[in-house]
Amino acid sequence: MYKVLKRRELNPTVTLLEVEAPRVAAKAKAGQFVILIPDEGGERIPLTVAGCDKEAGAVTVIFQIVGATTIRLNAKREGDFIHDFVGPLGRPTEVEGFKKVAVVGGGVGCAIALPVARALSENGAEVHSIVGFRNRDLVILEDEFKSVSSVMKMMTDDGSYGEKGLVTDALRALIESGEQYDEVIAIGPLVMMKFVCRLTAEFGIKTVVSMNPIMIDGTGMCGGCRLCVGGKMKFACVDGPDFDGHEVDFDEAIKRGSVYRDVEGRAREEACRLFGGM
Amino acid sequence: MADMRPDKTKMPSQEPAVRARNFDEVALGYTAEMAQGEAARCLNCKNPACVSGCPVQVNIPGFIKKIADGDFDGAYAVISESSSLPAICGRVCPQESQCEAKCVRGIKAEPVGIGRLERFAADRHSAKKKEGAVAPAASPEKNGRKVAIAGSGPAGLACAGDLAKLGYDVTVFEALHTPGGVLVYGIPEFRLPKAIVAEEIDGLRDLGVKFECNTVIGRTVSVDELFDEGFEAVFIGTGAGLPRFMNIPGENLNGVFSANEFLTRINLMKAYREGADTPVMKPKRVAVVGGGNVAMDAARCALRLGADEVSIVYRRSEAELPARAEEVEHAKEEGIVFRLLTNPVRIIGDDNLFVKGIECVRMELGEPDASGRRRPVTVEGSEFTIDVDCVIMAIGTSPNPLIRTTTPGLDCESWGGIRTGEEGATSRPGVFAGGDAVTGAATVILAMGAGKTAAAAIDEYIKNKK
Repeated sequence: MYKVLKRRELNPTVTLLEVEAPRVAAKAKAGQFVILIPDEGGERIPLTVAGCDKEAGAVTVIFQIVGATTIRLNAKREGDFIHDFVGPLGRPTEVEGFKKVAVVGGGVGCAIALPVARALSENGAEVHSIVGFRNRDLVILEDEFKSVSSVMKMMTDDGSYGEKGLVTDALRALIESGEQYDEVIAIGPLVMMKFVCRLTAEFGIKTVVSMNPIMIDGTGMCGGCRLCVGGKMKFACVDGPDFDGHEVDFDEAIKRGSVYRDVEGRAREEACRLFGGM
Repeated sequence: MADMRPDKTKMPSQEPAVRARNFDEVALGYTAEMAQGEAARCLNCKNPACVSGCPVQVNIPGFIKKIADGDFDGAYAVISESSSLPAICGRVCPQESQCEAKCVRGIKAEPVGIGRLERFAADRHSAKKKEGAVAPAASPEKNGRKVAIAGSGPAGLACAGDLAKLGYDVTVFEALHTPGGVLVYGIPEFRLPKAIVAEEIDGLRDLGVKFECNTVIGRTVSVDELFDEGFEAVFIGTGAGLPRFMNIPGENLNGVFSANEFLTRINLMKAYREGADTPVMKPKRVAVVGGGNVAMDAARCALRLGADEVSIVYRRSEAELPARAEEVEHAKEEGIVFRLLTNPVRIIGDDNLFVKGIECVRMELGEPDASGRRRPVTVEGSEFTIDVDCVIMAIGTSPNPLIRTTTPGLDCESWGGIRTGEEGATSRPGVFAGGDAVTGAATVILAMGAGKTAAAAIDEYIKNKK
C-alpha cells in the first residue's frame, strides 16, 4: 500500500498526487513511468513520473481524468492509500550533452515534458518550452516551465491565453527565426506528436517522442504496447517509452489506442454514476 | 496383488458443453474410493521406472502404496519429501511424457494415473488443513542470513520454501501485484484454481517467507543493490515472459494479441468477470497460433468468453503438438477446431485496422529437423483465408532482458538465457538462477526442480562463506 502524501487539482480534469514509494523515488529519472492500481482488483494503468523527492521517498504523478480508473484515482485524498505502485519502468530520457533543445508539451503531456525540461536544464542545455492547451482553464505548470526555460511559448487553441494557435505554429516560428536545436522533444497527444515530427522532418531536426500506449505489466511481458518504429516491432515499456519520432508509425499507434474504446466508454459512465460525475 | 484393470480410473469432470462456458475447474478430482482403486493398479515395482521419469524424483510407488492403504496423510508426507507444490504439479505436469510414460502398466494398457493420485493426496491434505485438522508446520529455527529471490513463479517458490525450511530469512520479489508468476497470470482458473496457488503461497508465508510485490528486479532494485541491502545470495527465477511474434504482416492490427496479454487480462486481471475494470476483447471467431499448453489455454479461454468458433492453427501434425495430452483432449471435447499442418502468412485488417481474417498456407512434413521432429514444408499455392476477428499468438516466449542488462558480469546465452552450472550457480558469485530464465520456456516441474537444486547450492555457498 502506498500513501498519498499530497493532492492538488491542477485544473478541473488534471490532478497531481504525491505518493510515498521510497524505492521508486530513489531510482526514477525523467521519462520513466510507473504502473499503479488505485484499489484492490482494479486495472493497472501506466503514468509517467512527473517528479520525485528522494529524501521524502515521494513520487509525483499527474493524470487526466479519462476513464473509470482515473476517476477512482482522483477520488483519493491525502492520507488515503494506492493499492499497488510499481516502477520506475521504461528507459529514462536522454538529457545529457545537448546545447539547445526545444521541449514541446501538449495538454496533460506537459506534466511529463516538465521533468524532461528540468533535467535538460540541470544538465546544461538551454531549453525552449512550447506548451499548448485547449483553453485558459486547462493550463497547468506554467510557472514551473518558465523557471527552467529561456524561452517559453504558451499556445491555446482558442486564444483565451497566450497566443492563439498550435504548438507547431510556435515551433515553426522559432525554427524559422533561426533558432538551432540539437533536438526537439515532443510529449502530448499522438496527433500533436505526429505533426511536430512532420514539421521537424522538414528541417531535419532530430525529434524524440514519448509514447504511452495500452499496456498491462510494463516489463515486456504482454506485448500490448507494441508499436511499429522504423518498420520494426518495438515494445514501448522496455524499448521506450522514448522513440525517434521520425520513425514511429503514428497512424497505427492512434488506431491501436482505440481497441477498447467501447468498453472504456461504458466503464466511464459506470464510474461517473458511482462517483457522482466529474 | 495389483488390480489389473487396463484403464485408468476415469477423472470426474464437468461436462464439455457446460464447462466450455464457465471458468470453473474442469477436472473435479478423485474421491477416496476412486483414488484407492487407482492406487491398487500400481505394481509397486522393485525398480520403479516412473521415479526416473520425474524431474524431482518423487517416490511415486511409495506415496501410491500409502493411498492404496488409505494412509492419505502418509502419502502427502512422502510426496513432500521431494516436491514443494504437489497440488499444482498434480494438475499441470505433462505426466504422459514423464512419470506415466515410464510406468510398466503403460506398456500393455494405460499407465497408473500418477498425476491424478498426486493431486488427490495434495487436495486431501489441503482440505484437512482448512478444517484445522493439520498441525501447522513448526516454524524453522532462523539462522539470520538473508536470501533474495527474484520472481515468484514455480522456481522462486520452490527455492524460497526449501531455504526457509533451512532457517534462512527469505524475501521473494515479484514485479506484478500478485505473487505466483505464470501460475497466476498464465495458467487459467479452469486448469489451476488460483485459490490453490494462494494456499501454497500462504504456506510459505507461514514458514516466514516475505513477499515484496510491485518490485521489478533490474528496475526498482538491481541485483547489486540487493547485496548492498544485506542479502548474501540472490536467486533469479524470473522465467521466460517475453512473448514472441511471427514477424508477418498485420501483427499490429487491433485484435491480435500475444497469448501472454490475452491470458494475463483474463487470469491475473480477472477481465472475464462481470464488472472487472480491466477490459478484454470478446471475439467471435478466433485463431490461436501455436500448439503448446499456452495455445490450448488461450483457445479455451476465448471459448469461455463466448466465441462461436475457436481454432488452433499449428504448422505440424497432431503427433507433434507439444501440449499435454489431456489439454488437447479437453480442448477437442469442448469444440476447439484443430487446423493442423497450417501456417499463417499474414493477418488481414479492415479500414479501422481491426482483424478480419488470417491468410494461411498448408504444410506437409518433410525430413526430420534439429529437434528430431519432421520439418514442416509449405505446400506451394495452397493459400487460403480464415475469417476471424481475433488472432492470438502462442508461439513461445523468451527470457526477460531486465536483469541480464542490469547485472554486470552475468554471463548469458545469445538467446537471452542465463548461463549456470549444474547447481544453478551463475558467473557471478552469490547469484544463482533456475527455471525458464535459464532453460527457456519449459514446465512448472522443471522450474520447481531447478529452484530446489539452487536452494541446496545457496545453502552450501552461504555456509562456506567466510
